[in-house]
Amino acid sequence: MENENKIQYIYGIADNALILGQRLSELCGHGPNLETDIAMTNMALDLLGQTRSYYQYVAQLSGDEKTEDDIAFLRTERQYKNVLLVEQPNRHFGYVITRQFFYDVFHLLLLQELQNSSDETLSAIAKKGIKEVSYHQRFSSDWIKRLGDGTEESHQKVQEAINDLWRFTDELFHMTDDDDIAMQNNIGVNTIVLKEKYIQTIEGVFEEATLAIPETKWFQKGGKQGVHSEHMGYLLSDLQYMQRVYPNMKW
Amino acid sequence: MTVQLEQHIDPKLIPILEGIHDPEIPVLSIMDMGVVRYAQMKENIAQIKITPTYSGCPAMDVIGDDIIDAFTKMNIKAEVSLVLAPAWTTDWITSRGRKALEAYGIAAPLSEEADKEALLGNKKIVKCTQCGSIQTKLVSQFGSTACKALFQCENCLEPFDYFKCLK
Repeated sequence: MENENKIQYIYGIADNALILGQRLSELCGHGPNLETDIAMTNMALDLLGQTRSYYQYVAQLSGDEKTEDDIAFLRTERQYKNVLLVEQPNRHFGYVITRQFFYDVFHLLLLQELQNSSDETLSAIAKKGIKEVSYHQRFSSDWIKRLGDGTEESHQKVQEAINDLWRFTDELFHMTDDDDIAMQNNIGVNTIVLKEKYIQTIEGVFEEATLAIPETKWFQKGGKQGVHSEHMGYLLSDLQYMQRVYPNMKW
Repeated sequence: MTVQLEQHIDPKLIPILEGIHDPEIPVLSIMDMGVVRYAQMKENIAQIKITPTYSGCPAMDVIGDDIIDAFTKMNIKAEVSLVLAPAWTTDWITSRGRKALEAYGIAAPLSEEADKEALLGNKKIVKCTQCGSIQTKLVSQFGSTACKALFQCENCLEPFDYFKCLK
């Protein structure tokens, strides 16, 4: 397997953690109350920590002068391979929790497979991440139940968020050429087989929460090929501003 | 280097390492936390490998710098690297470390099963670090740092941190 394939494969996982981490970081100081604010920034920290491990590995594989910071801050929009789901902007709390829940369930299933990767580093990052992501999933599932089975208003708001975000979930299971090559080399995960378990897990939580998966058959994708929604450019301008204006600046 | 299966520490380096503390929980030395996985002298350079408690733990960068400073003071050159596997678990906190945590006001991690019951709010088993009562309740699954959850005592009403079990 060529290094370049492996790097692209890692971007497909790591960029999700970076972009979702960035979205959660935007909420720092803006959560609905102190506890959820702290919870979301804690999850952001876990995700950014995982991102660092992946990017440090990419930097090592690239064998040039590139650092983890260059990878995070100096790529152009098309070079980010995150799914559309994670770049969707923060709206109300129910929306943020729904986005988180849809990603957490996938994320945990993915890492549970990735820990068997023949690549020692990816396996180690996955094993570490599983402990953190299980906790994220517990948090977002609890909130889905509380909001869904809460008041009339909270139920309606979270159901609307589900109806809006569900169309981005199918992309999680889309296999790119790099995913196929990584899978054939026992490095990457076959995400297609995770779909059944994914739907089951979501249905289980929704049942308790008195919520429903929408009927739609129409799904949107593109992020994994680098074709993002209009929100991505704004997110990146925030994320990259400091390094673009003050190249190589450090804290 | 990502993997360091067995802890492998030169006893001569332990006194220096025990002098370095977690910047966020200053009563806990990095040895008592169990984050040092390897420490050996190689060609007059101290090679130190540490493992993060949580992936994003910001204390790791500081600990790395503190290790280099501590060795430099002893006129020893040190190199620090991170290892990820096997992943850190709260079982690696020493009994001395657990006592230090409790004395500092942070409840030490329970066993995996008890931890789950406590964090789901099913059982009252986390002991208040102020008054010792077990009439305590979970306030938030996430506390002031990634490794802690926030509790409150219903007896003395004091809030306190609980160090979450990580396995």
